[in-house]
Amino acid sequence: MPIMSQKVLLSSKEINIILHRLACQLLENHLTFENTVLIGIQPRGKFVAQRLTKILKEEYKVNHIDLGFLDITFFRDDFRRGDKTLEATKTNIDFLVEDKNVVLIDDVLYTGRSINAALTALQSFGRPKDVELLCLIDRRFSRHLPIQPNYRGRQVDAINEEKVKVMWEENDGEDIIYLVNR
Amino acid sequence: MSELSVKHLLGIKYLKESDIQLIFETADHFKEVINRSIKKVPSLRDITIANIFFENSTRTKLSFELAEKRLSADVLNFSASQSSVKKGETLIDTVNNILSMKVDMVVMRHPNPGAGIFLSKHVEASIVNAGDGAHEHPTQALLDSYSIREKLGDVAGKNVVIVGDILHSRVALSNIFALKLQGANVKVCGPKTLLPKYIDSLGVGVETNLRKALEWCDVANMLRIQNERLDISYFPTTREYTQQFGVNKKLLDSLDKEVVIMHPGPINRGVEITSDVADSKQSIILNQVENGVAIRMAVIYLLASKIK
Repeated sequence: MPIMSQKVLLSSKEINIILHRLACQLLENHLTFENTVLIGIQPRGKFVAQRLTKILKEEYKVNHIDLGFLDITFFRDDFRRGDKTLEATKTNIDFLVEDKNVVLIDDVLYTGRSINAALTALQSFGRPKDVELLCLIDRRFSRHLPIQPNYRGRQVDAINEEKVKVMWEENDGEDIIYLVNR
Repeated sequence: MSELSVKHLLGIKYLKESDIQLIFETADHFKEVINRSIKKVPSLRDITIANIFFENSTRTKLSFELAEKRLSADVLNFSASQSSVKKGETLIDTVNNILSMKVDMVVMRHPNPGAGIFLSKHVEASIVNAGDGAHEHPTQALLDSYSIREKLGDVAGKNVVIVGDILHSRVALSNIFALKLQGANVKVCGPKTLLPKYIDSLGVGVETNLRKALEWCDVANMLRIQNERLDISYFPTTREYTQQFGVNKKLLDSLDKEVVIMHPGPINRGVEITSDVADSKQSIILNQVENGVAIRMAVIYLLASKIK
């Protein structure tokens, strides 16, 4: 059994502050969210997208936000390249993204391949006006593709052997982000 | 569990219950995909699939081809009637020639029972059985169960009757295996001449009175009389068969419940099922066809993910 060590990257309080800041940055650029849609990338980007929507609606009184969830499993470029069959989660986008400003939301930006897949998957729902990327954690110096976030929560330096584990109260019991040494 | 326990889909007989659930869950996602405006995903862009049909087929062939294309696989179509098989080439030679063109998966329909199993022992590619004689037609049984699950919420505990030519039907056999595996109660109904002798060993009930069968069941799967397989006379006339084993509106209306009507196609309207029943709200025949594409996408996706 390998010894795993983990340290706390962000506490619940810090996550909350960062989410509020990200919400404000979104608000600054999109103000009424009339022509803007938020899309959380499944499975883990969903939680970030839901939290941001909640903050925007409850604390900044945005009336209506189109929120969708996008599963990218069938668009990934590592099909048959790993040991395991890629398991899909649910896509739930009940609006067209045609001519909309899309904000893709994920928890951790690492190699950029998921985002690449998400950009391809997004095409199934129309041609957006523009696409931005929001991520809670940006793992610096680890990109395989030229993809950078427009909104970032916290930038971290982590080596390949390390993993960033984001946990949410509604799913895992508490809000906390760990850096795990595998 | 997130992968199939098998490398080929040769029959339901070789699957576990968890395999069926995995196929259904994967098909749920593909059903959402094929209802988008752009119905295609790029998962299998580096996979080539050969559809080899030694027997006629319309919907199964179209359904497989569509499923493969929706997954972005490259597709080769081969039908025996226009091929060197006519010149005397053996099955293994035919398939090995196709495989040497770097084909990863073979979808095969063949008139001989066990053809897929035989092939899987002699070639490298992943084999999907699209019907082997009177043996099995696994994707049909999967899509039938999937359609029942969609309509009634679950397959377990449901009463399903399969009506018609059980003796010659690969759909019947695969359905019996699939339904039993998922915990449904199964009866077969048809003229005694068209029930196989070994039917009791499959653990299904036998009913020769259609009305009694319908009173018992939640779902009736009406099979086609396969004239091409009836080498001798199994019943006096088609008219008599229809009177005894055909469903019509009057019969269904006289029951005190609504039975779900299924048919694997092609329908002989007016023989095993009347048009007003086939086109009624009770019938989920066209849902079966739609679900067929999602199920086949799921099967191909899951098998392809095991190709290294």
